[in-house]
Amino acid sequence: MPEISAEIEQNAALLEIIDSHKALEGALLPILHAIQQRFTYIPDTAIPLIAQQLNLSRAEVHSVTRFYSFFRSTAPGKHTLQLCRAEACQARGSRALEQAIQQRLGIGFHQTTADRAISLEPVYCLGNCAASPSIRIGDTVYGGMTIERFERLLSTLAIPVVEAQS
Amino acid sequence: MSDTEQQSCPRKIFLSRDTTSLALGAEQVADRIRASEKHRGEDIEIVRTGSRGLFWLEPMIEVDTAAGRVAYGPLPIDQLDETIESLLDADCLAGDKRHPLCLGLTEAIPYLAKQQRFSFSRVGVIDPLSLADYQQHGGLAGLHLALTMSAGDILAVVSDSGLRGRGGAAFPTGIKWQTVHDVDSEQKYIVCNADEGDSGSFADRMLMEGDPFSLIEGMIIAGIAVGAQQGYIYLREEYPNAHSILKQAIASAEAQQLLGNNILGSSKHFQLELRLAAGAYICGEETALLESLEGKRGMVRAKPPLPAISGLFGKPTVVNNVLTLAAIAGILTRGAAYYRDYGIGRSRGTLPFQLSGNIKYPGLIELAFGPSLRTLLEDFGGGTYSGRPMRSVQVGGPLGAYLPAAQWDIALDYEAFSQHNAVLGHGGIVVFDDSVDMAEQARFSMEFCRIESCGKCTPCRIGSTRGVELIDKICTDGCSANNMNLLEDLCDTMTHGSLCAMGGMTPIPVQSALQHFAEDFSKQGEQDD
Ligand SMILES: Cc1cc2nc3c(=O)[nH]c(=O)nc-3n(C[C@H](O)[C@H](O)[C@H](O)COP(=O)(O)O)c2cc1C
Ligand code: SF4
Ligand code: FES
Repeated sequence: MPEISAEIEQNAALLEIIDSHKALEGALLPILHAIQQRFTYIPDTAIPLIAQQLNLSRAEVHSVTRFYSFFRSTAPGKHTLQLCRAEACQARGSRALEQAIQQRLGIGFHQTTADRAISLEPVYCLGNCAASPSIRIGDTVYGGMTIERFERLLSTLAIPVVEAQS
Repeated sequence: MSDTEQQSCPRKIFLSRDTTSLALGAEQVADRIRASEKHRGEDIEIVRTGSRGLFWLEPMIEVDTAAGRVAYGPLPIDQLDETIESLLDADCLAGDKRHPLCLGLTEAIPYLAKQQRFSFSRVGVIDPLSLADYQQHGGLAGLHLALTMSAGDILAVVSDSGLRGRGGAAFPTGIKWQTVHDVDSEQKYIVCNADEGDSGSFADRMLMEGDPFSLIEGMIIAGIAVGAQQGYIYLREEYPNAHSILKQAIASAEAQQLLGNNILGSSKHFQLELRLAAGAYICGEETALLESLEGKRGMVRAKPPLPAISGLFGKPTVVNNVLTLAAIAGILTRGAAYYRDYGIGRSRGTLPFQLSGNIKYPGLIELAFGPSLRTLLEDFGGGTYSGRPMRSVQVGGPLGAYLPAAQWDIALDYEAFSQHNAVLGHGGIVVFDDSVDMAEQARFSMEFCRIESCGKCTPCRIGSTRGVELIDKICTDGCSANNMNLLEDLCDTMTHGSLCAMGGMTPIPVQSALQHFAEDFSKQGEQDD
């Protein structure tokens, strides 16, 4: 029964993460970060485990997880693309870029492309305002973004995003 | 130095590793130099620094010469091979000035030469992770001094310097520290607010990426002054590069006994931990930040009690912005009077302004308070990037006013700005040309508040939703007196009925747009006429 053993393995990994952080003051955010880093999202099964280990109610853990936009409850695509929607990027054309990228990928914010290559998220400033418009893929920030550069970026990163249906 | 000596040590190229330089291709430059070094058989050491903040010149390289560093840039990323070869052919390593990309002595570049770099004096100069570099450039002198001073003397220097918090509210730092000092408590905390959520702001990031030890040193001194032994840096998740640099800097500070028990052999202790935020703008507000550090949702707390009296886990807590803390060591070493002598009125010292948006020369400009906004836009910024007329400038982040040309002569001073219903905030300045639609900008301010509101109070949570709808209505139905009155009333309710500045200040950009750019709100109406 491979599913059950996978679940047991996941629980063991979760417990290990929780255990190694729970002595910290205000341990919940560090735990959530560590879990998301490991699993790319916060699996539902993590909530009761965290609650139990930190002596919190499940509702409390759940509401904290939901409050922060960075934490996700489902697996993202292979790459997470953050597109800056804030003012310094607006001043250099990010509104049009936002439209063009959404059209190119065939998805809106908080969605993932059909081939699961990219999840698109809005972000409000990446601190790269002096070279706007800005996007971030993984831990890399790209500046002076245009739809042409974006297209080239997809190919240099070998991100095979399905052609948007016209 | 003899020729043989010169050949034995590798020649150095300085290249920034700050986020924006990397976004502009600094890593490709490093790779290309390494490749050239190999096939030319030269011995080149690439020293990675922070950025000087002259972003239209990045990626830029610098080399040492007897007269100082000489810069070359901006290196064109699409012709990097030829460019690096031609630079090396032209003996750029020796500072030869004939290459077309040569910018001369870095510190003579007018954009930099005209600044008063106090907090940013080392940024772009040193290797941010080299404690030796840091010390050679004056680092740790403040801490050594603090270890010989009484808490009262440190507090007096900070007070006398006139330093006010750089996070936006401009509260006098000396008073805040004194309050924490005076509370009797076994446990106290120093919390660095590195959430830098304001769009158009990147000074905290540049400092953390370019001179992290100055922040660490400032936090330790704060701990000594108020009697706190535990510090936290609350860093926004959107800054992965700053995160990795800070993590390494803290580890090496621990290894060198700057952090931990018996700092530098003294009887003082200070532990420092880096914590990551999770994408909520409101967690830049100090009480929401503390809730978040405690592992809760980032809900704003009612004040009082002040965090200085009952802060993190109910203990007395100093919450300070990155730039506030990073200024401390320099103030101690140079003295309160040195710092206070910069600036005007009650705005003492320097503020690192950040110029971005539609501007020809975006960058970091650290200046004493006092000159006009126009100085930054024109003398430094050189006009718009697009070449079109400049129309509107938002100062102080997403809760700051949009200023029309008639207001660009206001002095860069906290009080002068507030007299005009504007804020200096964290010093971010975002420029728009005449293609901007100010109704869209006003709508975005409301939308941003709707997205980022912590939800605790109705004027902010519901008001911002209503605000978006109302601006949409105005844009389609026109500016009827009725619609305009509704919007004014709504702004009034948000201003006076919100618990914190998120809801309380969102009306500032909205009303400034309405007041100074009214024509943008009646486009649809005009077409219908
Ligand atoms: C909505 C909101 C967002 C804020 N964001 C930040 C921020 O990102 N960074 C910051 O230093 N201060 C921010 N502040 C100000 C803090 O509440 C607080 O005044 C500051 O951290 C105090 O440090 P200082 O005295 O050194 O400025 C924000 C305030 C509000 C109301
Ligand atoms: S004004 Fe907005 S962000 Fe501030 S406490 Fe109220 S709901 Fe929360
Ligand atoms: S506003 Fe987009 S990076 Fe700052």
